[in-house]
Amino acid sequence: MTAPATTGPMVLADRVGKSFGSLRVLNGITLEVARGEVLAIVGPSGSGKSTFLRCINHLEQVNSGRLYVDGVLVGYAEKGDRLHELHPKLAARQRREIGMVFQHFNLFGHMTALENVTEAPIRVNKRRKDDAVEAARKLLDRVGLADKERSYPAQLSGGQQQRVAIARALAMEPKLMLFDEPTSALDPELVGEVLDVMRQLAVDGMTMIVVTHEMGFAREVCDQLVFMDAGVVVESGRPADVLSNPQRERTKAFLSKVL
Amino acid sequence: MTSTERAIAPDAADEAIKAVPLRHPGRWVGAAIVLLLLALFVYGAATNGNYHWDTYRSYLFDKRISTGAWNTLQLTFWAMVLGVVLGVVIAVMRLTPNPVLKAAAWGYLWVFRGTPVYVQLVFWGLFPSLYPHLNFGLPFVHQFAHANIQHVSAFFLFAALGLGLNESAYMAEIVRAGITSVPEGQTEAATALGMPWGLTMRRIVLPQAMRVIIPPTGNEVISMLKTTSLVTAVPYSLDLYGQQADISGVLFRPVPLLLVASTWYLAITSLLMIGQYFLEKRFARGATRHLTARQLRAAARAEVGFQSERGAR
Repeated sequence: MTAPATTGPMVLADRVGKSFGSLRVLNGITLEVARGEVLAIVGPSGSGKSTFLRCINHLEQVNSGRLYVDGVLVGYAEKGDRLHELHPKLAARQRREIGMVFQHFNLFGHMTALENVTEAPIRVNKRRKDDAVEAARKLLDRVGLADKERSYPAQLSGGQQQRVAIARALAMEPKLMLFDEPTSALDPELVGEVLDVMRQLAVDGMTMIVVTHEMGFAREVCDQLVFMDAGVVVESGRPADVLSNPQRERTKAFLSKVL
Repeated sequence: MTSTERAIAPDAADEAIKAVPLRHPGRWVGAAIVLLLLALFVYGAATNGNYHWDTYRSYLFDKRISTGAWNTLQLTFWAMVLGVVLGVVIAVMRLTPNPVLKAAAWGYLWVFRGTPVYVQLVFWGLFPSLYPHLNFGLPFVHQFAHANIQHVSAFFLFAALGLGLNESAYMAEIVRAGITSVPEGQTEAATALGMPWGLTMRRIVLPQAMRVIIPPTGNEVISMLKTTSLVTAVPYSLDLYGQQADISGVLFRPVPLLLVASTWYLAITSLLMIGQYFLEKRFARGATRHLTARQLRAAARAEVGFQSERGAR
């Protein structure tokens, strides 16, 4: 096993493949995300963007290739020249340091906004309740929801729910944040408030991978853009270059429809 | 004044409408008929000597009856505890990917839901003649304890076991429906936060499944309270129904004693219904968009604070 590096890339994917039965969803994804970098993944639905994201925190198991987060192999332990499936407890430990934000927020419905944010720090990281509550209040303030800590998710708008979800992920002090189409389920006028929070996060130096259809956000905030189709990386580069001057036909065809 | 002038009268729109309410003579007639029939029934029951109200009164708080009610409550309690615990186990077995566990759980449900509880209770009563000696230990290897249950007066145990095992089959389906009602995204979000499976179940899935599990479980408790009257099949006769049957057997007056037992069953059921109401409220947290009383108070406080702050400026 490689020791956790402090200088290498935050995420390193080396010919990552994933199949569901006979359906091959990822067909050898190779890419690198540096520390503090913000990567946008765009592409048509069914291209494997979300599956790749879910592989990074081992919600899906990689079938071939290697995937490293912070120098550590994801989902497997390398012993000699054989790979062993990781014990669920160790997999859970890996996930603690990777925050994830979902398209449909997935806030815990029976908990208030504050409880949503403090739950994992208290139960998983064994933080003292007062500390966790204090930290959670700061985070809710940071996403502009200081006055909503007692509200249940059903009482919040979609944009507010997604901002609580971001605070919940940040409460675990992750070194990497994954966003799975965070604004796709929102009313158009609520998209901005969520993107603002993400933009601030990027400015603060968080390493982020964002699956998105917001090309404006990708161009403005992201350092690297990857266009995926049919389980492979078709084209990648600086967002401005790829978006204004796509080289591949497939990329041109996709962008002509969304831009 | 014409109607048009009326419509544009300046303050007509602001006034609350004072219309003559619609009369509902049909409702009054219906209510009168029902009340009359009820009064006739009560009068008839009160004046009919065959009800033996004096016997009813003298046995309502009889020591044997109240002990019987206590035993019925204990039977209900233990049968439900067994039913819920086993039910959760069977529900989880049905939801595992392991085909053997799944099939075993299905077979259990098939047998215990497919035969009448009365028959099962009779079987439990016959348990000592089926297995006169109980050996505890490793099969075919070593036994370290023996029990001769023919000499043990274990009818309460058999009654609770019989009711509980039958109940677990129904509870398993209720629990399974509850667990599957929680959206997958909830488990996923918990997993992504690094929560292990057990913690996710305990803190995230089961509390939300409870909203679906509690109402039918309340019904099961109330239904169990009354099903305990079948334990005469074991035969166990120290419960409420058995006790009243013993007394009425001596008095040859079944009607007043059945009324006594019914009064007790009704009273206990009413208490259980109140308990169910509060449990349901507890587990409905976050289920509606309406603000809770606590949130309203907090909002009011914030508002007052805000205004006094502004006043100070």
